[in-house]
Amino acid sequence: MTRAEKRNLWIGLAFISPWIVGFLAFTLFPVCASVYFSFCDYDVLSRPVWVGTLNYSDMVTDSVFWKSLYNTLYYAFFSLPLCLVIALLVAVLLNQQVKGRSAFRATYFLPSLVPVVASSMVWLWILNGNFGILNSALEWFHVKGPQWLADEKWTKPSLILMAIWGSGNTVVIYLAALQDVPRSLYESAEIDGGNAWVKFRHITVPMISPVIYFNLIMGIIGSLQVFAQAYIMLGGGGPNRSALFYTVYLYQNAFDYHQMGYACAMAWMLFLIILFLTWIATRSTRRLIYYGGE
Amino acid sequence: MRLLQRFLIYAVLVLGAITCLIPLLWMVSTGLKPIEQTMSLPPTWIPYRLYVEQDGRLTEIQQADLNKYPADKIVRKFAPRWENFKNAIHAMKMFWTYLKNTLILCLLTVIGTVASSSLAAYGFSRVDWRGRDKMFMVCLATMMVPFPVVMVPIYCMFRWLGWIGTLKPLWVGSFFAGAFNVFLLRQFFMTIPKDLSEAARIDGCSEFRIFWQIILPLCRPALMVVALFQFMYTWNDFLGPLIYLTKQDDYTLALGLQLFQSQHGGTEWHYLMAASTLVALPIIILFFFTQKTFIEGISMTGIKG
Repeated sequence: MTRAEKRNLWIGLAFISPWIVGFLAFTLFPVCASVYFSFCDYDVLSRPVWVGTLNYSDMVTDSVFWKSLYNTLYYAFFSLPLCLVIALLVAVLLNQQVKGRSAFRATYFLPSLVPVVASSMVWLWILNGNFGILNSALEWFHVKGPQWLADEKWTKPSLILMAIWGSGNTVVIYLAALQDVPRSLYESAEIDGGNAWVKFRHITVPMISPVIYFNLIMGIIGSLQVFAQAYIMLGGGGPNRSALFYTVYLYQNAFDYHQMGYACAMAWMLFLIILFLTWIATRSTRRLIYYGGE
Repeated sequence: MRLLQRFLIYAVLVLGAITCLIPLLWMVSTGLKPIEQTMSLPPTWIPYRLYVEQDGRLTEIQQADLNKYPADKIVRKFAPRWENFKNAIHAMKMFWTYLKNTLILCLLTVIGTVASSSLAAYGFSRVDWRGRDKMFMVCLATMMVPFPVVMVPIYCMFRWLGWIGTLKPLWVGSFFAGAFNVFLLRQFFMTIPKDLSEAARIDGCSEFRIFWQIILPLCRPALMVVALFQFMYTWNDFLGPLIYLTKQDDYTLALGLQLFQSQHGGTEWHYLMAASTLVALPIIILFFFTQKTFIEGISMTGIKG
């Protein structure tokens, strides 16, 4: 290494030193400790005791664990596609020559800005079985609304509904991508007599496919870790633990039951599930994504 | 046909926009009502007071006495109960402490994030050193680790330091450059021509001065995005305060609101909605003043991803 190279190395390392310290303290050390704890019985107060794979085998027989996993997958499986499709629909409509586009965009974005605690309070009130406006609105159509959050069949759909309401930032991301699609592509499709659906299917979707993929991956990661709204609105998981989500149960194990080892094992299992699902998503969409210029 | 199509587009968009707004309007509306109007069926949208007209004068009457008077003499007048906000603040007991804690945390995390991630992003983009890009890959890889994985060890670490039950765990971390912000700023730094730095170096400018006096001023929009997102994140954060804070004196607004709900929820909806409005409003106002930065920021995260 020449002197100049050496000097640059030190300068570079000096600049990134905050990140290096953060990486060691908040990623590398915790990741290693978390692996170790997951093989231990650990309640924070006393020293961790090595128990081998006990935490992992406990998980297999823990019916609450399976229930929380089922709830989370159910939530992700419905909320994610719905959010992605509805947001895309809205973004495509906004991308037409509409008046007041930025006002619409701001309006759609607004719900995703509201602090999750505040929006949880609002939805608690909206979904109130007796005085909530959702049931009053259903009454108009002569439908008797359920007791949303008090009925185990409806807790998850309630939270899915709330997720759709808050998916405005996806609209903004889509819209930014749509605005980058060259007009000329649409014009040539029009000359060839393509209708709206053809243009959408053969120009819009391929051109913004990297962004759809990005939203999909972010959505998988986010929806599997859904926590705050479920914790705030349904405390320990709601009626019959019907909305006990994975991270809520993980939190309970760590901080209510003081089973830190089990919580770490659950966290690693979650990591593997996320990896597996992102891998599936990547594999199954790989051939459908178009990166310009490749 | 084209006209019909345009009509349909607007109809769908307006309907969607109304759906987005209704919960927020309902929050504000409930926050301005007296308690008996929160539980009326069908729901009341506009808070009102009732008066009866006698000898050309209006006298206020209670809801319960409504059927004692002839219907044609009853007058309804729009009357928001602004005092609900005062009462909600009072009922939350430590509202101003929560607000103070939240603002302290917002200030510290914004400073910490902007300072540390711009330094790190500079080191990852504008200085050439061996192994830089490999190191950056490591930085990106840290984004893959979900928070629950590191949650317990980080908690134990703060416990060992004796920081549980203080605000420290909620801001100290922000001084150590999170990967996402580093990534965002690096993208921006790379768009600035290299010649600019070279020219300054030839003139004998130190690397830190180049960073401070040339690059940072050019990157103000990106720094604004990072600062704004961090502010939002800290203001909205629920899980962090839930894990680390133990004393009510240290609670943030988010946690305080949840505490209020668990104590008064289920009946005093008007106060709960007034309090929720108070928590949500600053962010909404901030959004209206910084809309462009917000939208740019969101679009940036999506496209560069």
